Amino acid sequence: MSTTLLPHKFGPYGGQFVPETLMPALIELEREFVLARNDPAFNAEFDKLMASFVGRPTPLTYAKRLSEKLGGAQIYLKREDLAHTGAHKINNALGQALLVKRMGKKRIVAETGAGQHGVASATAAALLGLECVVYMGSVDIARQEPNVFRMKLLGAEVRPVESGTKTLKDAINEAIRDWVTNVRDTHYLLGSALGPHPYPTIVREFQSVIGREAREQMLMDAGRLPDTVIACVGGGSNAIGVFSGFVNDEAVELIGVEAGGSGISSGKHAARFGDATKARVGVIHGTQTYVLQDEDGQIAETHSVSAGLDYAAVGPEHAMLRDNERAFYTSATDEEALNAFHTLCHTEGIIPALESSHAIAEVIKRAPKMKKDQVILVNLSGRGDKDLNTVIKELGNGE
Amino acid sequence: MYRLESAFQNKPIFMPYFPLGYPDLEISIDVIEALAQNGADLIEVGLSFSDPLADGPVIQQATQVALEKGITVKKSLEAVKELRKRGVTIPLILMGYYNPMLAYGLEKFIHDAREAGADGFIVPDLPLEEAEEFQSINGDMPLIQMLAPTSPDERMEAIARTAKGFIYLVSVTGVTGERREVSNDLGDLISRVRAHTSVPVCVGFGIGTPEQAKQVGQLADGVIVGSACVKMIGGSQKPVETAKQFAAEFRSALSNHG
Repeated sequence: MSTTLLPHKFGPYGGQFVPETLMPALIELEREFVLARNDPAFNAEFDKLMASFVGRPTPLTYAKRLSEKLGGAQIYLKREDLAHTGAHKINNALGQALLVKRMGKKRIVAETGAGQHGVASATAAALLGLECVVYMGSVDIARQEPNVFRMKLLGAEVRPVESGTKTLKDAINEAIRDWVTNVRDTHYLLGSALGPHPYPTIVREFQSVIGREAREQMLMDAGRLPDTVIACVGGGSNAIGVFSGFVNDEAVELIGVEAGGSGISSGKHAARFGDATKARVGVIHGTQTYVLQDEDGQIAETHSVSAGLDYAAVGPEHAMLRDNERAFYTSATDEEALNAFHTLCHTEGIIPALESSHAIAEVIKRAPKMKKDQVILVNLSGRGDKDLNTVIKELGNGE
Repeated sequence: MYRLESAFQNKPIFMPYFPLGYPDLEISIDVIEALAQNGADLIEVGLSFSDPLADGPVIQQATQVALEKGITVKKSLEAVKELRKRGVTIPLILMGYYNPMLAYGLEKFIHDAREAGADGFIVPDLPLEEAEEFQSINGDMPLIQMLAPTSPDERMEAIARTAKGFIYLVSVTGVTGERREVSNDLGDLISRVRAHTSVPVCVGFGIGTPEQAKQVGQLADGVIVGSACVKMIGGSQKPVETAKQFAAEFRSALSNHG
């Protein structure tokens, strides 16, 4: 059997658990990615779009008032919320869309949870002249309405998914079903660091720009590396992007924050690493990793106030980083994330995405216990405009 | 592997798919028994999974119902045992996704499947690249390899060369479900596969009527009918009667192709 050009596993995790119809497409994608990455013209085009279209490098912001309020570590924010379309998702969407052009395909399908990856894909498709279909669970459509409208404005077709739990996992199922049907002219623009090889690697590589920039900016602005890097983890693309810049700096602690939902003991959450009773190593959407599931191997329903973290599996590289103890994973509940959301709004004048608010929640727990000369870098993966409806509703519930 | 080989004595064979637990466990056992006694040469016995990404709407919905009614891997294996007890002697191939097998324990799953009387496995999300562990413990119960219209020749060769039991040839790109027409390229596709192997080639995906089955049967060693079977029987007030009729019609269409 042909072997892969790049490592197809991260320790025991990852792999290519897909129907045979898709195997040739994965092999082609990997070959094209390897060629592109070694092609100076491709890299130049990617870098140019990152600068002139996305607005990179995104700034590093010292969060002065938040640091003072918490009274411990100094906090820096990597501002992916300021990337075009309002989240880090655009880095990967544009990178893959450029690959699509190289492969001569004309159509992309994408899944989306919070809508950020859908918007990023629709944007990349509009920019590069590709047809774009976005699958989105009907539950997510209801809670992320502004993004649905954005995608439509950008010329994408948004197809509601009514099967299963009607959230991200079902959107991925439908995107894969479309892809397997139209694989000859269609690329699946997967938005997170999951799915079958080579996706976790491709997504990490396109998102590694976050970590490279952040490392340079930390050295420039703070004169040192952070003690701790914190990012939220759904599939885990923003986290793997920022972690990749520091993974070789052994002194830098890497912390991923999963969605704790209504609390781990409630069973309503998306904490793949946090719930030993429901999370086991399994296979979903083409990859072997930690999966929330029942005793019979049926994928569990998950819950989070943030659609982007509401997923039953975690990217395979995170599973390896966790086993190696190179990264540590914790969770923040809906309530903690909402509180963090308000705190950042008030102290820094930044409205964060509810996903990113989970990372801020961990900062709020951790910073006060650290010394004033210590430094936390948090990846602010997206902005919160899309979440206003959810937050207004939650405020209403609390009153 | 006595049962599997003997099934191919009268080609083309008729191979329906039906999921255990749909519309409930008792009826599904009766249906599979009826299919077996009325012309099926081999049956793909479906194990349900919450996220069947290779399946179209009909099988998605049926397996969802089965899960809601409480089907599990354990109950499915007990049902296979029950079918053997009732005198079903044709090969029964377990068709299911990988995760529930892993959750059950792969070694235990294969062991218990053998004890129950299953003859082999179809796992659509386990391509050859990932099948090493499975194939180190399944012994004489073959993991049926799938080939697709998108498989290039060198892949076909690598997969076909080691194939055991039969080859499951996916006739169209896409998920399971009926199609209006049989693909024009099917003959060529089958020839490409046969160039690399002497094991029987069975064709599935998209075959919904006895006429289509007859057409495919003229080219292939076996015809797999999934969604149409599930839809017809699942939608019937008398599922067991419908199953008898369904099997008889397809069997007769395949027998009269001279």
